Amino acid sequence: MATEILMPALSPTMEEGTLAKWLVKEGDTVNSGDILAEIETDKATMEFEAVDEGTVGKILIAEGTEGVAVNTPIAVLVEEGESADDIAEAKLADAEAAVDEPAAAAPAAPIEVVTPKEMDIPEGTEMKSTTVREALRDAMAEEMRRSEDVFLMGEEVAEYQGAYKISQGLLDEFGDKRVIDTPITEHGFAGIGVGAAFGGLRPIVEFMTFNFAMQAIDQIINSAAKTLYMSGGQMGAPIVFRGPNGAAARVGAQHSQDYAAWYSQIPGLYVVQPYSAADAKGLLKTAIRDPNPVIFLENEILYGQSFEVPQLDDYTIPFGKARIWREGSDVTIVSFGIGMKYALEAADELAKEGISAEVIDLRTLRPMDLPTVIESVKKTNRCVTVEEGFPVCSIGSYISSRLMTEAFDYLDAPVINCTGKDVPMPYAANLEKLALTTTKEVMDAVKAVTYR
Amino acid sequence: MQSLHGGRDKNDACNSPAPLIIDSLTLNYFIDVGGKRTVAAKKPAKKPNVSKEELLQYYKDMLLIRRFEEKAGQLYGMGLIGGFCHLYIGQEAVVVGLEAAAKEGDKRITSYRDHGHMLACGMDPKGVMAELTGREGGYSKGKGGSMHMFSKEKHFYGGHGIVAAQVPLGAGLAFSDKYKGNDNVTFTYFGDGAANQGQVYETYNMAELWDLPVVFVIENNQYAMGTSTKRSTKSPSYWERGAAYGIEGEEVDGMDVLAVKAAGEKAVAHCRAGKGPYILEIKTYRYRGHSMSDPAKYRTREEVQKMRDERDAIEHVRDMLLTGKHATEDDLKAVDKEIKAIVNEAAEFSKESPEPSLDELWTDIYAEAEV
Repeated sequence: MATEILMPALSPTMEEGTLAKWLVKEGDTVNSGDILAEIETDKATMEFEAVDEGTVGKILIAEGTEGVAVNTPIAVLVEEGESADDIAEAKLADAEAAVDEPAAAAPAAPIEVVTPKEMDIPEGTEMKSTTVREALRDAMAEEMRRSEDVFLMGEEVAEYQGAYKISQGLLDEFGDKRVIDTPITEHGFAGIGVGAAFGGLRPIVEFMTFNFAMQAIDQIINSAAKTLYMSGGQMGAPIVFRGPNGAAARVGAQHSQDYAAWYSQIPGLYVVQPYSAADAKGLLKTAIRDPNPVIFLENEILYGQSFEVPQLDDYTIPFGKARIWREGSDVTIVSFGIGMKYALEAADELAKEGISAEVIDLRTLRPMDLPTVIESVKKTNRCVTVEEGFPVCSIGSYISSRLMTEAFDYLDAPVINCTGKDVPMPYAANLEKLALTTTKEVMDAVKAVTYR
Repeated sequence: MQSLHGGRDKNDACNSPAPLIIDSLTLNYFIDVGGKRTVAAKKPAKKPNVSKEELLQYYKDMLLIRRFEEKAGQLYGMGLIGGFCHLYIGQEAVVVGLEAAAKEGDKRITSYRDHGHMLACGMDPKGVMAELTGREGGYSKGKGGSMHMFSKEKHFYGGHGIVAAQVPLGAGLAFSDKYKGNDNVTFTYFGDGAANQGQVYETYNMAELWDLPVVFVIENNQYAMGTSTKRSTKSPSYWERGAAYGIEGEEVDGMDVLAVKAAGEKAVAHCRAGKGPYILEIKTYRYRGHSMSDPAKYRTREEVQKMRDERDAIEHVRDMLLTGKHATEDDLKAVDKEIKAIVNEAAEFSKESPEPSLDELWTDIYAEAEV
């Protein structure tokens, strides 16, 4: 019985990949454990092993093919006496169709950028499609070139090139004095980072995920955030804590939490959560230069997404300035980070139904650009907030409270918070989907506040 | 005393008498002679191997801390100092001995029992006392309090209220010096209580891995708040735990300022030579309660009295000064008077300095970014 070899998923968030190289050819006999091919994900090039024994009857996807969706048949393994052609031809058409398909639905597809007026990018600036991952790397590299005091430390940031490949190439350029692999010891290295900041350096501390930063949260809050105040302004901690935050895909309750609301509560911290690559770059550069501790929340699913990034020598974005992604008149949707994906998708869909949504990306959560939100709500009279974090004491609940205080007379409907559900993140695919907020929920909320 | 990496000659650096071990349960004192512990009576005053001027200075420095702390206790009783106030009385030789081994540029960081460290590194008693009373003239403008003071000028990095949090911070300060390529050393102080926190060992591991110039100073005053070392751990000593990470260290008699100084010099030389961290477990004793509100029911009055009578660090130096005829009773009386005046002045300042202006509530939360 012939066996199809399918494109494997090699990471929790992988949806497609490049078939970089075949290490077997048609007619070769393979045993389980033999390396069949090299497959490139957005994070790494991985070897792909055979599970079954047999002869490679037909290679369905040529090496070098990009955008091969997970579970696409890439080859057929036949047993002795079987003809490869019989089976393969039937499959071939399916396979080709599958390769084309993801190109349309690919998460890496550039999102149309509406450049807001207030974003002072000079007319005629060259824009380049860049992934969030590359933008973060570029920001760190530029700042490390700018100041010798900037260094990066964390788990797997140097030789491994970053668990999510954010620090790719930095070790080569800056050496092991400035790109430092730590043991797995978050509490300890966060404290050492803060101490180094007290000593006058500019550390960037990468957490493999912010879920692990809970081990270090005492150093972040008690040592980094409070020292400037406790010392009467004598010394503080110019440090950036960065890494992926929130849910990735199917990684369960302990690896999926969104900490935006937690850190946003703390005076002495700045909290940034960018959505686009341009914002990731400009805000990270600002964070590294800032003399205060900055929590820089990234998102694993966004790492591979591409956005237009201005090609400027020194592109920085000030903290506390929201970005209006699209203007609208019927409702204000406020979000940040990956929540923007749902907000923008919902706005597109709602437009088809004749509802005009203004979409605001907060970008910085602390300080929060409430004036922009309030101004918008004064115009639209309705507001929906979108985030992936838990609902109790969420960013959305804070915005609701401020709107009630400062724009009460302008509200024509209660503010609705679209959030993650009030449950630990489940593993099962269907339950996980249910636990996160969705584009549909955002649309329903908008319809509720606009009484449609 | 054996170093962990072998080869250390017992006599090569310590000019002080044979290291003394205080058994925290029985409070018998032992002298370690060739690996055998022999019971010693009251420690005899040895001929000092420092100049008369230096010895007198240590006496002054220790006395300043003691009188300052006594005054702080008094002001607390009067309601002028609030909250938590942890006095350093009894432990003075530790910071004075180590400061004698430090040079300009060296850093220090400690826990919330920090008044002695600040005075020993030369911070102004007026500013420290005014911080205790929560006044504008305090080192943190009254916003830090007893547990949170800092001085950039004196390289004093706090003043930390979370037990053991200062340990990785201290290693980070040392990291910054190594990164910049200077030969400064960071003294990172913590107690026997903190020595059981996990982050201490995370820090040991990285400090040795990266050869950070940090002296880990374990001030073993025998009690973590109300829990004696015997009730917190079965391991016989704290400094020996460094062996698991490859860090050298030793135990030091913390009631003998010269022994502390000698050990400090050795530790500092080790760090400056680029050999990485060093651990000093300094056996000391706190005469007062953990904080002002501690009735100290966990130990007997006799135990405390015995330490005071037989091992007091200040009395020990006083004996040396008098026995060696380096000072007369009158000289020392003059010193006492001088110290009293400094402390009274600090106390007066701390009462007269106004409370911080109400605007201060909203300052120093964020540093301004350079444009």
